[in-house]
Amino acid sequence: MAKKPGALRKCVQAGWGILSNAYVKGFLPGGPSIYKGELKKICVPGMNCYSCPGALGSCPIGSMQAVFDARQRKFAFYVVGYLALIGLLAGRFVCGWLCLFGLIQELLYKIPTPKLKIPDKIDKPLRYFKYVILFVMVFALPFFVRSKYGIGEPFFCKYICPVGTLEGGIPLVLLNDSMRATLGWLFRWKLLLLIICILSSVFIYRPFCKYVCPLGAFYGLFQKVSLVRMHMDESACVNCGLCAKTCKMNVNPCKTPNSAECIRCRECINVCPKHALSMGICDNSVSKDKVHPVIQEEKRRSKKDVSR
Amino acid sequence: MESKKKGEGKEAMKRTVPIWVTYVLILASIACIAFGICRGEVDTVLKKAINICMECIGLG
Repeated sequence: MAKKPGALRKCVQAGWGILSNAYVKGFLPGGPSIYKGELKKICVPGMNCYSCPGALGSCPIGSMQAVFDARQRKFAFYVVGYLALIGLLAGRFVCGWLCLFGLIQELLYKIPTPKLKIPDKIDKPLRYFKYVILFVMVFALPFFVRSKYGIGEPFFCKYICPVGTLEGGIPLVLLNDSMRATLGWLFRWKLLLLIICILSSVFIYRPFCKYVCPLGAFYGLFQKVSLVRMHMDESACVNCGLCAKTCKMNVNPCKTPNSAECIRCRECINVCPKHALSMGICDNSVSKDKVHPVIQEEKRRSKKDVSR
Repeated sequence: MESKKKGEGKEAMKRTVPIWVTYVLILASIACIAFGICRGEVDTVLKKAINICMECIGLG
């Protein structure tokens, strides 16, 4: 039986989600308990709340703000360097392959309903919103805004992040009576944002990733310089437009194969009838010997036809 | 099917930024990580991560 394209990606996404939240003890009833081991010194590459009862690693966005909002007001060299390294190696590959929240949104999008196509006039400016979130809510506010005790706040985690509500808030509140008693307006606000995110994911493909996610915005900054990148073989492309039609992130891989919006899901590669698209490491262009055998055969035939 | 304009897509094939820039940036990011570790940022990350983050879960 032929394998469905994209099945491997779903397996990797799910496998990674389970692996990074494998602290089973945290989910057992009997009070809130999260993993407290050394592994939490390391951030996971995707969005994954460190207050999730199962989380084995730290959330990079939360960790970044934790260093920014500390009393000493330090720049987060460790986390920023770590995320920059991942971005430089693979761009937004993490978004497409190693993000549990991305997978959840994709599964919600599979619910059979009419899908919403956001007009370009609204979609394109809205894409910049995630950069505003990154620079204002993750960098500027935690760094500059201080309480009277000289401590900052993780603004993004506190007021926006639906991942924390889904992976941390809801399970911990369900598992613990005393926490349930302290619920206030903030939890209701974050729950509302989560519900909006979940409902919109049914109709729009990965809306959080497209418009809000500061981690995706950060990785997106490195798409044009990353080692793993998309290649488009101009000599093979017939401009059929199938790749652009298939791309659910609304990228046109023929024009901008390394767009900041591409999550390296490879769906365009799978659908290209001429095998003009590929993904690889730090190649400047597709060399002759790397052209797909089908294309090479077609070129040979066309040369023969011309010589006749 | 649309006819293909001459030269279209050439930019798509080539790196607009030279590869050495990527390598320099990779080295810089590794230096950032090392500097952060030396400054003790890892402990700040761990301290935050091993306690339930009340802001993250919406409790205050």
